[in-house]
Amino acid sequence: MAPNALLDVRNVETYYGNIRALNGVDVSVNQGEIVALIGANGAGKSTLMMTIFGSPRARSGQIVFDGTDITQMPTHEIARLRIAQSPEGRRIFPRMTVLENLQMGASLDKLKFFDEDVEKVFTLFPRLKERINQRGGTLSGGEQQMLSIGRALMARPRLLLLDEPSLGLAPLIVKGIFDAIRELNRTQGLTVFLVEQNAFGALKLATRGYVMVNGSVTMSGTGKDLLADPEVRAAYLEGGRH
Amino acid sequence: MTQAVSLSAPATTAPSPIARAVREALFAGVISFGLFVLFIGLKSDQNIDNRLIVVTRWGTLAIVVALTMLGRFLFVGFLAPAFQARKARRAKVEVVSEAGFVKRNLLAIAIFALFLYPVFIISTAGLQGSLKWVDNFGIQILIYVMLAWGLNIVVGLAGLLDLGYVAFYAVGAYSYALLASELGWSFWILLPTAGILAAFWGVILGFPVLRLRGDYLAIVTLAFGEIIRLVLINWREVTNGSAGISGIPKIDFFGWFTFNVSDPNYFGKVFGLGVSGAYYKIFLYYLILLLALLTAFVTIRLRRMPVGRAWEALREDEIACRSLGINTTNTKLTAFAIGAMFGGFAGSFFAARQGFVSPESFVFLESAIILAIVVLGGMGSLPGIAIAAVVMIGGTEILREMNFLKLIFGPSFTPELYRMLLFGLAMVIVMLWKPRGFVGSREPTAFLRARKAVSSSFTKEGHG
Ligand SMILES: Nc1ncnc2c1ncn2[C@@H]1O[C@H](COP(=O)(O)OP(=O)(O)OP(=O)(O)O)[C@@H](O)[C@H]1O
Ligand SMILES: [Mg+2]
Repeated sequence: MAPNALLDVRNVETYYGNIRALNGVDVSVNQGEIVALIGANGAGKSTLMMTIFGSPRARSGQIVFDGTDITQMPTHEIARLRIAQSPEGRRIFPRMTVLENLQMGASLDKLKFFDEDVEKVFTLFPRLKERINQRGGTLSGGEQQMLSIGRALMARPRLLLLDEPSLGLAPLIVKGIFDAIRELNRTQGLTVFLVEQNAFGALKLATRGYVMVNGSVTMSGTGKDLLADPEVRAAYLEGGRH
Repeated sequence: MTQAVSLSAPATTAPSPIARAVREALFAGVISFGLFVLFIGLKSDQNIDNRLIVVTRWGTLAIVVALTMLGRFLFVGFLAPAFQARKARRAKVEVVSEAGFVKRNLLAIAIFALFLYPVFIISTAGLQGSLKWVDNFGIQILIYVMLAWGLNIVVGLAGLLDLGYVAFYAVGAYSYALLASELGWSFWILLPTAGILAAFWGVILGFPVLRLRGDYLAIVTLAFGEIIRLVLINWREVTNGSAGISGIPKIDFFGWFTFNVSDPNYFGKVFGLGVSGAYYKIFLYYLILLLALLTAFVTIRLRRMPVGRAWEALREDEIACRSLGINTTNTKLTAFAIGAMFGGFAGSFFAARQGFVSPESFVFLESAIILAIVVLGGMGSLPGIAIAAVVMIGGTEILREMNFLKLIFGPSFTPELYRMLLFGLAMVIVMLWKPRGFVGSREPTAFLRARKAVSSSFTKEGHG
């Protein structure tokens, strides 16, 4: 466990009723890193993302963000520490326009930096600018993903959580989104914690990675090491692109 | 300064349809005059002496010509553009057309018409004859418009299904009824007081239902409405039970003059106009009109402010809201409080208008009607809701006037008894015809400001 981690998840257990979805998960994300979390369907990746955000709450263990224990904090206060997420299912506001969705992302600063930040998002995702007055719900899947990430960026996050940004997208768009993440990380030093099914792309992008199986982390290492690992290759990469 | 981005369509040089319509109407008038002057204007006839004479019928001719002109005017000015727009929409061709004068200034025209309405009624029906039109059709409808706009904040914007809205209406009405008759306070102090009390009860209701949504929330709010009503019935020492409170003081005009005939500064005396009940009604009409407009104004402003946007976001996705740092608890409570506040305003107005309140006026059916108006109007749309209120409340009022039905169904037939039946029928029809209400689409609150500068290289990239 890194001593100076920006996000430190220590031995966290999360339950849905009586069913344990996370059993003692340890994950840490350092300042300036891109960390990928891979695993099969139902492994508990999204649960971990949501637990970091306080809903559902961890039943035991501790989550520390930049020295602050956030385990018991309400979700909106966790967001105020500048953790932003593009959650599973994107969760954009379907009846609101692209612009309004982005405004919602900037709620924390009461739109103080809106004009400046929205241009950055549009530079990253020019497609959003073309669709600025279109309702979120009528965007294509890829556009909705861009909007979801854009909205999270509007909050000026110190840590960005992305849950399967590549889900359901054409390879070219996936590449665009991964490029955008890399770009944000390189130019702005944005720290990213990323859940992916696209293990190859995610591990190539990531500084470090974790593998999750049945609610526990079974493996971790640098992106390169995991990509080379025969077990990882067998479980998550065979038949895929590599 | 770099070039500003213009998102609005460039103005066209084509003349507005209205100007064209006027021209075409004049033209049609000339033609029809030429055509009909011999057919209608002049007619040969035989007089008593069997001599052929020419009868002139300039009046009929004028009517025919005028009708032709009017028809042409309406067709060219409104019908044809409407058809064209429709066709264009079907063909998915972007038609750049400047909205007509009427359309552009629709809101101003509507408000202007509402202010002129009593003047128009008095000039046509006389002072006494105006009573019914100003009271039943004006005030009655506007109360419901205001209530529905208030409920719209809770249901339409924040998406919290509230079936007990009438409770806040009752709180406002009883606040005024009790405080005005017991303490003799003026309406102008009690109006905000009633609003604050109602808002307070809104928060009281809000707390226990914070975690509820949809149907569960609806049931609890329904129960809340019934609880308030039962308290009003059973707390006899204060509310006088089902008998209600009567003799509630009228509203005065900021102390300058009153509407009590016996007072020295009675409105009719001050202005030397004599005695009439219509003055008070007309005063009430303007008051409720202003209160309703205040509700609309506040709603429109709030929608553009963080709290209003948070309401709408809350309706769409509560979890996403929280993860954007929005305190959903406070957001919901403010929606309940502000919605309730307008209910309280309307309630105190209602008490002052009736001069009498009883729990009878605050039954569940009232909540249901207000909610129906919000839903029919298209949740969230202020104009849609106003239309729905006019149709539903005005429609049921018109039933009272339909005495000719007695000729068909016999003298014992009372059309207003079929009010709810028709209300329901109308709802079903509207919902089949427009499932999302009269105005179903949501009006965005934000557009990219034109003054914002964007480098041209960026714009190019945007289309790359
Ligand atoms: N709200 C819930 N109530 C009950 N069980 C849940 C709930 N959400 C998730 N689960 C269960 O918890 C386990 C972990 O789910 P989770 O969504 O975290 O998986 P995941 O790793 O994100 O999978 P995927 O890659 O398919 O998104 C699954 O077995 C799932 O059925
Ligand atoms: Mg998942």
